[in-house]
Amino acid sequence: MDNKKSMSVSTRASDATTLSESSAGLLRELVAHLRQNRTQLREEWARRITRAELLTAMTEEEIFAEATAVYDNYVEALETGTFEALQAYSRRLSERIIPRGVETDEVVGIVLLLRDVLARSLFTKYQDNVEKLNRILDSYEPAANRIANTVAVGFVEERERIIRQQQEAIRELSTPVLQVRERLLILPIIGVIDPQRARQLTEQLLRAIRANRAKVVVIDVTGVAAMDSGVANHLVQTVEASRLLGATVIVTGLSPEIAQTLVTIGVDLSEMATVGDLQGGIEEAERLLADRAAPTTQVREIAPESQR
Amino acid sequence: MEVPILRQGQYLIASIQSALTDADLSHLREALIAQVGRSRCRGVIVDVTALDVMDSFAVRTLRDIAHMARLRGAETVIVGIQPDVAFAMVQLGLTLKGVATVLDLEEGLAFLNRRTEERFLETKPKRPSERG
Repeated sequence: MDNKKSMSVSTRASDATTLSESSAGLLRELVAHLRQNRTQLREEWARRITRAELLTAMTEEEIFAEATAVYDNYVEALETGTFEALQAYSRRLSERIIPRGVETDEVVGIVLLLRDVLARSLFTKYQDNVEKLNRILDSYEPAANRIANTVAVGFVEERERIIRQQQEAIRELSTPVLQVRERLLILPIIGVIDPQRARQLTEQLLRAIRANRAKVVVIDVTGVAAMDSGVANHLVQTVEASRLLGATVIVTGLSPEIAQTLVTIGVDLSEMATVGDLQGGIEEAERLLADRAAPTTQVREIAPESQR
Repeated sequence: MEVPILRQGQYLIASIQSALTDADLSHLREALIAQVGRSRCRGVIVDVTALDVMDSFAVRTLRDIAHMARLRGAETVIVGIQPDVAFAMVQLGLTLKGVATVLDLEEGLAFLNRRTEERFLETKPKRPSERG
């Protein structure tokens, strides 16, 4: 089918020898052209980048160095039709330039500029032979589009990976369970509590209660901006689960706004011990611990029995 | 599976070693309540450390044990609920309200010692001589 089609095209064409070339041959010719004019095109591209005020976070030398590498990878991807090397390169490039504050539109912009620079050089080279120019562009365009896609997607993926990593790190950081003294833990909660975080928070707290053999836990919610019934219920569940492990929970730092919201939406926190601020909470906790502190008789009572 | 009930001083310790059927649980309840009176003990410890699942029947049975034992003159404490189990329980709304729970066996013994001591202080000035 394809053969017939190209035959019919070639019969209509004036220059039989050029037109019988396969698109692979055209691509080879194109690559050879781009290799030959590498220096000049590369410089032109770097100039255009600077003029368009892209990659402002980078110096001119850096832009030129990256431009060279991108150019070579670009031509290679055109030539081989495989994008693995380009993908790997764009990932590494993104790793390098994202911390410098390079934005997505800049990356897409420079790739599109390169595409434009190369297309213009093709126009100039084949301006006398429109037929051939068309077919060169036919084989150039899809490859160039795919390259632009690959680079842009690689960049965005890298950014998303970084964002995921940071979210994970923030989550880990934002739920520290601190031991203040023996059997007393403090869990300061800061920021927004979503269901996932609430769950993680509870699990972390329960593990810490067991690991530290905690008797009293002070959960400080001074840093929580807003609380809805979902979050309040999570809090109640945390308190109950902690009790099942033998720890008493004191909640401190409920702001006036949160107190109003909770009462207005009718969340029942009557089962929960609440104290105004963290200091009061710790004082209350110390009192509870002193109450529970084993009197010496208790030690005497267990010891002889367990020795038997 | 039969749950062994051990006597430790004036306390009974039932250590559940594997998942129990409803019938096993009912049997445990009856055996414990019977033995509370027979051995005149003052405290019951139910150790659930080995359980990684706790369903509503188990929770209700534990609660019943605690209430029945209290009527027979003994305090009950549940020990060794695992963090994951505790979390699952509260999500299902099974919170063992009114039943004492502590971290492990050691804490359970300390809890009962404290409790019985308080009761002695309230009722009798001296410790009974029959403890052993």
